[in-house]
Amino acid sequence: MLPVEGDNLMVLKYSRSKNYRRNLTYLAAGILIAAVTLYLALPIVALFLRMTPDLFFATLHDPDVASALWLSLFTTGISLTVVILVGTPFAYFHSKYSYPGKVVVDTLIDLPLVLPPAVAGVALLVLYGRVGILGRYFNMFGISIAFTTLAVIMAQIFVASPFYLRQAKSLFEQLDPAYEQTARTLGASSLRTLVQVTIPMTATGLVSGAVMTFGRALGEFGATIMFAGNLPGVTQTMPLAVYVGMEGSNINAGLTISILLVIISFGIMIAVRLIQKREADRA
Amino acid sequence: MVKLLRDYTLDLSISVQPGEIMALMGLNGSGKSTTLNIIAGLLQPDSATITLSGECLCRTDDGTDVPTEDRRIGYVLQNSSVFPHMTVRDNVAFGLRTRHLQRSVVTERVALWMDRMHISDLANVRAKNLSGGQKQRVALARALAIEPGLLMLDEPFAALDTESTQTVKDLTRRVVKDMQIPCILVTHRLSDSTEIGDRACVLCQGRKEWEGIPGEMPDLCSVCHCR
Repeated sequence: MLPVEGDNLMVLKYSRSKNYRRNLTYLAAGILIAAVTLYLALPIVALFLRMTPDLFFATLHDPDVASALWLSLFTTGISLTVVILVGTPFAYFHSKYSYPGKVVVDTLIDLPLVLPPAVAGVALLVLYGRVGILGRYFNMFGISIAFTTLAVIMAQIFVASPFYLRQAKSLFEQLDPAYEQTARTLGASSLRTLVQVTIPMTATGLVSGAVMTFGRALGEFGATIMFAGNLPGVTQTMPLAVYVGMEGSNINAGLTISILLVIISFGIMIAVRLIQKREADRA
Repeated sequence: MVKLLRDYTLDLSISVQPGEIMALMGLNGSGKSTTLNIIAGLLQPDSATITLSGECLCRTDDGTDVPTEDRRIGYVLQNSSVFPHMTVRDNVAFGLRTRHLQRSVVTERVALWMDRMHISDLANVRAKNLSGGQKQRVALARALAIEPGLLMLDEPFAALDTESTQTVKDLTRRVVKDMQIPCILVTHRLSDSTEIGDRACVLCQGRKEWEGIPGEMPDLCSVCHCR
């Protein structure tokens, strides 16, 4: 049958309408993506625009900035070490064995993720403070925890450890038990199996969890200010120094530390992405 | 051995002679792998007496229970389970290092078993880069390097192509005869049992339904009346 002129017109109209709708969808998607990206990126860009490189490097030598930087790195390093050394065997045993109350422990591991950090700080203070439930007994032996560098570390561990524990637990649960069983039949003790088989086979994921924990501990603010206070050189970590600086005493210091934290956060995200990519390539 | 499982009770008595390959057969879920896991000490039986070359490994009556790591059983689990982060050499040496043998002894025995399993040229290759057949040979070398008193193979040919299957079968048969160790081979393929098995035992819902020479074995489905 020969095409009729009217039919062609209909097809043309339909095709134009379809193209128009497709273009409209692309435009809407483009606007939405641009809007969200700008919303997330502009504050970061503004932070960098507010500082000149000269001023940034000059402020880095400010004693308050240097002190907060080193204290943050020191406490975060200790926190991360404790989380890895205690958290790895804990997550292993927790994932391998069933015991009464396991569901409660599971919930407690996740709790700090949803608990407001300030509440975590208050809770730690009520327990370990000078007149706290346990703190009063420590105090009798001259041991004071609250408002010390130890309190900073404890607050960081409390708030950041779930990132590592959840990751480690999930990795150990997913690992095929045949590898560990084979190691046992070959004469390996439980410890040797953990160190030579389980941990190396889950190492990439564990490192990824550790990096996220480091990032969360470094940015910890609410629990720290409640439980450890804000003493320069003792408990004033980088986020607290930002807060003090922006209150008006030293805005440049606040901005410099903020930029430093942004750079470190970017580094952490890039590291996690690279680790995940490596893991995907391996698989 | 007796073990209460979810759907049935595993209730089985078997014995394997030195140099003999016994094919433990049955449909999926008939209790074959569970039997091996109990012998290896990876699963606790409700009641059992397990002896290996006169040594009691497990006797529930008097509480004897030799730990898995001390049972001297070469066990190749399903999917071979070679450690992917280690080289072939480290995989084969794993069971020797756990026994704190002298370095020279480890080196010598690893070289011997890599040679016997034709994997010497792969010594420094990471196990994750091996093919299925190569992995199975590494797993076999690793299990045999500890000079076990019993060799147990759980579906060792399931994921292999025809050529690799034949190679691994030949190697297994030769080694078991040379070393004169008993071997339990779990398989659900009749051809595996007829080709390398000296004796076959058919399990059906945890019970021995048939035992004899593999060539005389009737079809699995006709032996197993559970379905």
